[in-house]
Amino acid sequence: MSTLAIRDLHVSIETEQGTKPILRGVDLTISTGETPAVMGPNGSGKSTLAYTIAGHPRYTVDSGSITLDGEDVLAMSVDERARAGLFLAMQYPVEIPGVTVSNFLRTAKTAIDGQAPAIRGWVKDVRGAMGDLRMDQAFAERNVNEGFSGGEKKRHEILQLELLKPRFAVLDETDSGLDVDALKIVSEGVNRAKSETDLGVLLITHYTRILRYIKPDFVHVFVNGRVAEEGGPELADRLEDEGYDRFLTAEATV
Amino acid sequence: MTDPKSTDVVDSLSTDAVNPAVGDDIEDVTGTGGRPAIIADATTGHGTVPVQTRNERFASVDVADFPAVTGREAVWKLTPVADLQQLIEGDLDGGRYQADTAVDGGAEVSWVGRDDERIGTAGIPEDRAAANAWSSFDEAMLIRLTSEEGGSVTVRRSELGDAPRAAHTIVDVARFARGVVVLDNAGPAHLAENVEIRVADGADVTVVSVQDWADGAKHVANHFAQVGRDARLKHVVVSLGGDVVRVNPSVTLAGAGADGELLGVYFADAGQHLESQVFLFHQGDHTKGRVEYRGALQGAGAHTVWVGDVLIGPDATGTDSYEQNRNLVLSDGTRADSIPNLEIETGDIAGAGHASATGRFDDEQLFYLQARGIPEDQARRLVVRGFLSSIVQKIGVPELEQRLQDAIEAELAGARS
Ligand SMILES: Nc1ncnc2c1ncn2[C@@H]1O[C@H](COP(=O)(O)OP(=O)(O)OP(=O)(O)O)[C@@H](O)[C@H]1O
Ligand SMILES: [Mg+2]
Repeated sequence: MSTLAIRDLHVSIETEQGTKPILRGVDLTISTGETPAVMGPNGSGKSTLAYTIAGHPRYTVDSGSITLDGEDVLAMSVDERARAGLFLAMQYPVEIPGVTVSNFLRTAKTAIDGQAPAIRGWVKDVRGAMGDLRMDQAFAERNVNEGFSGGEKKRHEILQLELLKPRFAVLDETDSGLDVDALKIVSEGVNRAKSETDLGVLLITHYTRILRYIKPDFVHVFVNGRVAEEGGPELADRLEDEGYDRFLTAEATV
Repeated sequence: MTDPKSTDVVDSLSTDAVNPAVGDDIEDVTGTGGRPAIIADATTGHGTVPVQTRNERFASVDVADFPAVTGREAVWKLTPVADLQQLIEGDLDGGRYQADTAVDGGAEVSWVGRDDERIGTAGIPEDRAAANAWSSFDEAMLIRLTSEEGGSVTVRRSELGDAPRAAHTIVDVARFARGVVVLDNAGPAHLAENVEIRVADGADVTVVSVQDWADGAKHVANHFAQVGRDARLKHVVVSLGGDVVRVNPSVTLAGAGADGELLGVYFADAGQHLESQVFLFHQGDHTKGRVEYRGALQGAGAHTVWVGDVLIGPDATGTDSYEQNRNLVLSDGTRADSIPNLEIETGDIAGAGHASATGRFDDEQLFYLQARGIPEDQARRLVVRGFLSSIVQKIGVPELEQRLQDAIEAELAGARS
């Protein structure tokens, strides 16, 4: 079993108006096989947490720690983190013109495994995973995310998750922009990855919709850059009924 | 003069489609008409260039008709003319030269004299180096594509040597003929040349000129093309090697429904000057033009110049035209000049637009690739290769595409100087 531990994490970004603190002391622990959900209103810092785990250069860690089985994740480069088993499914995946999906996937797989995958098995794996996600095989020869619809981009993220087989995946609003069919397909992909590899999933979402298909074992409510409340899956149901108003008013009166 | 109605022109293509690989420090120029002549310069800001209607330039085949070049002329001001003195002013050897030709299908290659009736039918020099070459050549290489079934010719020149020389080439594509012509240049060269491309009605041809010269090479070329009714020309300039390389295509879409796709890709290393001044003239009605050049610059003193003049003539109603240039700056100390210029002399067109951008690496692309475990240097190479590949992928000659991808890869790995 592996554990990803986030301790008292403070993160800020540089803006034109100066340094802006976003995360104000986040504590969160996730072990392989677990699926905690992080829920919160727009702008509460969910993506910031996701990007900080992945090591995006825009975010500055002012204090606190992130460790993976005791190893200092913050000391690792972006690609080292990925090779250590961390995966971020992005809210807004990036287009890479001129780089085909198949070339990209093979290059990434080779980097993660430290050796090129055996060609036969790899081609079969890619085909199979694309089929499971109902992605047309033609996507393999298209350029990464270029001209993909919102839903296609999200499927492509999950395709990578299934093929690269990380230990922990942070899913940043993978549900947003998906219709109900796509949401089911994508959720099935995540559940497959969980059952096949004992993946730990940090499920970031604004809505409770995706929680119908991917069952969280824990819910962290994120408000204004920190965890405002924690609970079991039933907390998500309460948020479904009440929304985030309760937390927002509470913050406002502090 | 530009027709005032040109402000009604609708941009037929979204400029959002431009490559996001060009990210920070962007010098972006987009628009749909008029004469936005802007130099996008990665290091020194930008300025405005005076413009004269493009097809009113002085032209002559006789070098004596051109005054001495000072380097201040519009056509020379971005070029290191001192390095080209010999080609502009000096004596040039205009004799036959050694070339390896591979001919397949409906195609022929021969040499013809200066009195051949085809000479001068696709265009006339507009600068002194071109006129010097024209005045100096003894014989022209004639490449003919003759068949509707298709044909292909590759002319490989790799032993031109260091002595200053002139060359003249005619690519003559018969009515309804199809095919591919590759001018494949390597080795040492000190060459001024003209290439005439005659595309008869209904023909369909791809002409690729690869400049992968050795270090020290100097090459100035003018390509003149006339494209007939419903004919199609895909013209590709690939400049990778050589000290000073300037390949200027001038394409006239003469017949109704003619189609011109003008592509270019270049990679300038330290000290290299790579230039293309592109002119696309929509003369016939319902002509379609696409100009897309992309370049990368890496190393101190790497300099690229792209000038894209598009002229939509008074009779070119129903025209659809778009031109763009993108440059990716990979290190400090480089300079990319990018000057789009669109003139429209009829109000009744289907669309016209242009875009130009010079910028540094897009960190988001790098982050995405690294977040999938790909180390930074490899991720960089992937992005640059991808940026340039989108042109290479359009050439449509698989073996050549593969070779060029490999050559670009080698440039990126720094294995070449
Ligand atoms: N590059 C940036 N420049 C300025 N502010 C930023 C930047 N990135 C994030 N922020 C701000 O930081 C805060 C947290 O943003 P973040 O994207 O982490 O929120 P989120 O919870 O993911 O929101 P959403 O539900 O909309 O995705 C917001 O107030 C946001 O405006
Ligand atoms: Mg977000």
